[in-house]
Amino acid sequence: MSLSLQLDASGDLKHFLTVEGLPYEMLVSILDTAESMTGVTVRSIKKVPLLRGKTIANLFFEPSTRTRTTFELAAKRLSADVLNIALDSAATLKGESLLDTLRNLEAMYVDMFVVRHSHSGTAHFIAQHVAPHIRVVNAGDGRHAHPTQALLDVFTIRRHKPDFGSLCVAIVGDILHSRVARSQIHALNILLTGEVRVIAPRTLLPVDVESFGVRVFYDLEDGLRDVDVVIMLRLQHERMQSGHLPSEYEYYHHYGLTRDRLQIAKPDALVMHPGPINRGVEMSSSVADSPQSVILEQVSHGIAIRMAVMSMALARTPTTP
Amino acid sequence: MTASPEYCASAALENLIRSVTDRLPCCPDSAIIGIHTGGVWVAEHLQQQLPGRLPLGTLDISFYRDDFSHVGLHPEVRPSRIPFDIDGRHIILVDDVLYTGRTVRAALSEIFDYGRPASVLLAVLIQRDGRQLPVTADCAGDTVKLQDNEQIKLSGPSPLSLEVVRLP
Amino acid sequence: MTLSTSIRIIRNGRVIDPASHVDAVRDLYIDDNGLICQNCPEEGSVSGDHIIDATGKWVMPGLTDLCARFREPGHEHKADIYHESRAALASGVTSVCIPPDTEPVIDSPAVIDLIQQKSDCHITPRIFTLGAATVGLKSEKLSEIAALRDAGCPAVSNAGLPVSDHRMMRNIMDYSASHGMKVFLYAQEGYLAHHGCAHEGRVASRMGLAGIPAASEIISITRDLALIEITGVEAHFCRLSTAQGVRLIEDARRHGLPITADVAAHQLFLTENDIIGFDSNLHVLPPLRSESDRDALRQGVIDGTISAICSDHQPHETDAKLAPFAETEPGMSTMDAFLPLVLKLATDDIVPLETLISCCTCHPASIVGKTSGQLSPGHVADIAILDPEPEWIYQTDQGLSRGKNSPFNGWSFTGRISHTLLAGRLCYQRD
Repeated sequence: MSLSLQLDASGDLKHFLTVEGLPYEMLVSILDTAESMTGVTVRSIKKVPLLRGKTIANLFFEPSTRTRTTFELAAKRLSADVLNIALDSAATLKGESLLDTLRNLEAMYVDMFVVRHSHSGTAHFIAQHVAPHIRVVNAGDGRHAHPTQALLDVFTIRRHKPDFGSLCVAIVGDILHSRVARSQIHALNILLTGEVRVIAPRTLLPVDVESFGVRVFYDLEDGLRDVDVVIMLRLQHERMQSGHLPSEYEYYHHYGLTRDRLQIAKPDALVMHPGPINRGVEMSSSVADSPQSVILEQVSHGIAIRMAVMSMALARTPTTP
Repeated sequence: MTASPEYCASAALENLIRSVTDRLPCCPDSAIIGIHTGGVWVAEHLQQQLPGRLPLGTLDISFYRDDFSHVGLHPEVRPSRIPFDIDGRHIILVDDVLYTGRTVRAALSEIFDYGRPASVLLAVLIQRDGRQLPVTADCAGDTVKLQDNEQIKLSGPSPLSLEVVRLP
Repeated sequence: MTLSTSIRIIRNGRVIDPASHVDAVRDLYIDDNGLICQNCPEEGSVSGDHIIDATGKWVMPGLTDLCARFREPGHEHKADIYHESRAALASGVTSVCIPPDTEPVIDSPAVIDLIQQKSDCHITPRIFTLGAATVGLKSEKLSEIAALRDAGCPAVSNAGLPVSDHRMMRNIMDYSASHGMKVFLYAQEGYLAHHGCAHEGRVASRMGLAGIPAASEIISITRDLALIEITGVEAHFCRLSTAQGVRLIEDARRHGLPITADVAAHQLFLTENDIIGFDSNLHVLPPLRSESDRDALRQGVIDGTISAICSDHQPHETDAKLAPFAETEPGMSTMDAFLPLVLKLATDDIVPLETLISCCTCHPASIVGKTSGQLSPGHVADIAILDPEPEWIYQTDQGLSRGKNSPFNGWSFTGRISHTLLAGRLCYQRD
């Protein structure tokens, strides 16, 4: 279902909604295209005319400075015109006004919606209801998917450790509420990663998480053994109020990544984080700023991945509807 | 599909090298840029044969094509690599076949996004008829006239060979 | 033959009456009081207008649906008594129970009068209003349950709203028991169900939807069974959805507790796997559960643990479903496909036909204390006549219900109602 929605009849990318079910070749093709996009970002004029004349609307129903900025920058590097529309989820609780918003933007000849929303399935919903020439890119929907983030993560891993079959990757933290983790797990499994682990207390793990194709650890030190990549997830403060965790202190004590704990992983293990980091909650500053940390690389790769996805989805679309 | 002996790649290459050497600006700030894929092969030969071992860059013009809305993105885009500063350089832009002129236009656009060259010299192995834009080669290894349904294709990188392909 | 014509003879149909274990081709006679009678009216006293030739057709008791929302009063933008009644009659449904979550809530006889007045304007099935157990369904204050009983409510319920306070639930049961009132229980513990919109399990985890664990139903049933035991109230469990829930009911019945249970027809077909595409028409409460749950529900129907199948019809306006999955209103419009869906279980050899018809006729009727749903002499002639032959494709835009929020759009079914009779009078006839 998702697959038929995001690929067209000839198997090309139409919308980008989820990593789940994406063919291996398509995923690699996005990574390869992103690789070529990285060249654009290091030269004097950081812009190519690929999407000149296209209009991309960033529809963010949930505040996010960084993801929105990288999407915006990616679109601008491709010479598209960008509209940033910040919307309050509460104002669009009724489906009709969400669709009304879409219709209004369609009337302004927008070619692509980049959508972030606090409810799972929103990007699917929008993709099902937009005019046929419009493309939709999911910038995060509820707990469901954040596909561009996952791809920039595997892109970063590939640059350092391209042989996924021999890798052991551990994802640590709030898997339950994380769209990033879900998409990462799918991406790593599509790339046939040797082993994917999740490390968290049970209150932060989805039911039946094993069915995603991961090994579950409740103990961080057990889970870090022989790991090539450690991905730390952001912990939201509300998890303490909602009864998922007793305190940030206890979380850091058991699941925080410290220098000593990082020693348990392979000596050249990469440390990643989708940001923004809560220093002293998810990891210590010494780890975040260590040479093993590729957190800032992730940010720059985010632009290349988003450029790749936008240009692939907008290929072969007419300039006028 | 016929291979025509008169379009000999090595002879064309020799002609091209001679022609470029004659036109080569005497200033030291020259560099070669080849356009993916065939242009890079020719550029590599030029680099070896021209005096002074000029720096070599490669260009993939996929992001500058004017037919993106019709045919989409080329499936195997390679990164452009210009390992030198474009500003103030005399650039020898190299491609295998000059046909409609659209590739050269895209390449010029891309070069100018890297910087402002002092001059650009267009060197092609083969120029054929069918120009759609006001583009002319400064140096050409050979000039051929083909039917509308014919294409000339270069194989490489070494040795280079040319063949005329007839489209159905 | 026009609507309201009183029918006296139904000739040569296959009469299926599970209550009297009849399944045979024969004539059925109706007296001038609308009751089924033994003897054929005198020769010549009945003109052709009052005779239905049912050759090749099935003659069954009219269906009793234990839960259908007609949305009136208060939610007329979704549906109304006129349209939903037509849909029900076209599905062979002659009696429906309306849950109390209308607006205003059915917590006083005045609201029942209002619904009665509104339905008097149209040809409708018999409408039984379930009374609200608590004022405004807020679980704070008992409704005037005795007054609701006197106004005709066959039972009280808190609709889909959980009564989280155990003492309040105990009071509902104790007070209802004192007044001979039955309690309809909707088993979903509210804290665990917290903001959930899908079955907690593999699929919801993948889709990132907040789950409702099976434990939510189990805890609720377990508590209610304990309270039923100490209060002695007559109780009926609505819309079972889990295998463990079925087992709890089975055990309690085996130990002699006089409880009954029903299931929504769609729960016997759909599972969590169906929601993978985020189709908001599949957002229902209780949620569509796993395949093993569905199989246990089917088994519960076969072995009699679940004795009634209802439509759980919840028509919505288009906008209610035009939003991301969790933001949409739960419930599906099922009335148009209710009977065909139920019969499909027999066609597909999953449940015996006689069991299915009992679950839609005499069993649910007896759960609400009625003797309808039977075709033996002396019973009221609420009758559904089905043409078992035609194969057809259900399309929501051709359905009679105003709610187009059905996931069964495009499904193919076999058999359609040709006539529906209420007390002998023709109240639906397929063109």
